[in-house]
Amino acid sequence: MVGQTADRDLEQIAKALRRHIITMIAEAGGGHPGGSLSAVELVTSLYFRVLRHRPSEPRWSDRDRFILSKGHAAPLLYAVLAECGYFPVEELATLRKLGSRLQGHTDRTSTPGVEMSSGSLGQGLSFGIGTALAARLNSQGYRVYVLLGGGECDEGQVWEAAMAAAHFKLDNLVAIVDHNQQQIDGWNADVMNIEPLTEKWRAFGWEVIDINGHDFHQILNAFEKAERVKGRPTVVIAHTVKGKGVSFMENNLEFHGTAPTPEQAKAALEELA
Amino acid sequence: MEVSSTREAYGQTLVSLGKENPDVVVLDADLSKSTRTVYFAREFPQRFFECGIAEQNMMGIAAGLAACGKIVFASSFAVFATARCFDQLRMSIAQPRLNVKVVATHGGVTVGEDGFSHQAIEDLALACSLPGFTVVVPADATETAQVIRVAAGTPGPFYIRLSRQSTLRVHSNGYQFVLGKAVSLRQGFDAAIIATGVMVPVALDAAKSLSLHGIECRVLNMPTLKPLDAEAVILAAQETGAIVTAEEHLQQGGLGSRVAQVVVQNQPVPMAFVALHDAYTHSGKPEELLDLHELTPAGIEKAVRSILLKKR
Repeated sequence: MVGQTADRDLEQIAKALRRHIITMIAEAGGGHPGGSLSAVELVTSLYFRVLRHRPSEPRWSDRDRFILSKGHAAPLLYAVLAECGYFPVEELATLRKLGSRLQGHTDRTSTPGVEMSSGSLGQGLSFGIGTALAARLNSQGYRVYVLLGGGECDEGQVWEAAMAAAHFKLDNLVAIVDHNQQQIDGWNADVMNIEPLTEKWRAFGWEVIDINGHDFHQILNAFEKAERVKGRPTVVIAHTVKGKGVSFMENNLEFHGTAPTPEQAKAALEELA
Repeated sequence: MEVSSTREAYGQTLVSLGKENPDVVVLDADLSKSTRTVYFAREFPQRFFECGIAEQNMMGIAAGLAACGKIVFASSFAVFATARCFDQLRMSIAQPRLNVKVVATHGGVTVGEDGFSHQAIEDLALACSLPGFTVVVPADATETAQVIRVAAGTPGPFYIRLSRQSTLRVHSNGYQFVLGKAVSLRQGFDAAIIATGVMVPVALDAAKSLSLHGIECRVLNMPTLKPLDAEAVILAAQETGAIVTAEEHLQQGGLGSRVAQVVVQNQPVPMAFVALHDAYTHSGKPEELLDLHELTPAGIEKAVRSILLKKR
């Protein structure tokens, strides 16, 4: 059913993912630590408790799908895929380098376990709808989880997709908003106010669950609850902290898309020891 | 000459494909009556997804379905199917090389009275610029039916451009479309006219008329713009020494540009381009617009005569 390491301690896995994220971005000299760190608990919960998947058979047709729409959080996805055994952990050191399977943003054609090429924002939920509709057509029971950024919800296509998913009554589709309140140019509220986010999704016909996106208990409950919702899609609005887990990166815009220096990486890894 | 409708052929072929293959699914963006996907929708409501007026989302849904093994036909007007959602075509479909067939109707100025907002004159440039995309412009209904079948059976993304207007029939029932191959419709050694889509019968008319004046033109129908039949282009250049291209599209980025690249790299000969020139046009009857832009037998004749003067 779930990954073979399902019984591992979630806190410990989350910490390992954070270490991978810091290490690989520092090594690459580029990447997006802030929005990778904010969604660590969400992705850890999915890959180690929720998703039915087979790391040795990435395109197993009955797998639950995880679609990373916020493609700049590629390091997070690579970290969790490596921890699950989709490819060797050592390969994380090749991030962003020529010839690597780990592209700067996700690439469906090169990385085992990556469902969608992303990096241009706003497209993942639409892809998720197609995936969820295929499950219905094929009478397959898999579920589809799409991780969106809070800032990503500026994109009009997100709302085209939100409308369509409710229209198609896709109760096998779950959107997760990593709502860390920040985007490249600043706080969401200053750049483009997307509030009230909960009411927006509800108005679009979705079941909405608001949670603390760093609390495993709340996260797992939300996914369980989503599975019981019938006749409409569910969105989990996960309130998170950008750069979570590294004190000097938390809510620090500098680390949206900038790699830590070797000294900063060292300090971060000490915090995450 | 008998009249044929490319979009009508598309709608009918979709229905027969739907009967043969349960993996065929069809998407539209609130234009199913115009694109003729409505025929499929009526026969196979479970496999038809009306996406509303949201082309970007439609392309993403198409990609998701294709990633799960479906053969996806996604339709809208050419202008919306390309320009409106170019990044979605690029990110969600082209780069991952997913099995999505974008079949766009209402290409070119023959959309007519609706005006420039609805006249796709850049769509072929956009579609041809996408790595991995195969781009086809059928000339008539017979060819369309075959192109749709070939696309369904060929993995990977396609852009297929159809028309609003009915067009003159070019091919007989026994015609066999081969992807990536030009079709020789008339022999001649004075110049070659290479045409695509609605300009194919126009090119034939021009060649007939030139023949009365002792100028014998080869006429090639070039349904596949990408990959282009370079061999046929090189042979035409070698054997005739002069090439005129004809397309209902901007001069840049479509058939003419693609043929010219092959010609200059392999067999440089003088060329002329019958096409629209760097401007949007107006509302008007399709025939009036074709006349205005010299997308006519007379326009092609003029181009051929001009190029003959440059021929060595």
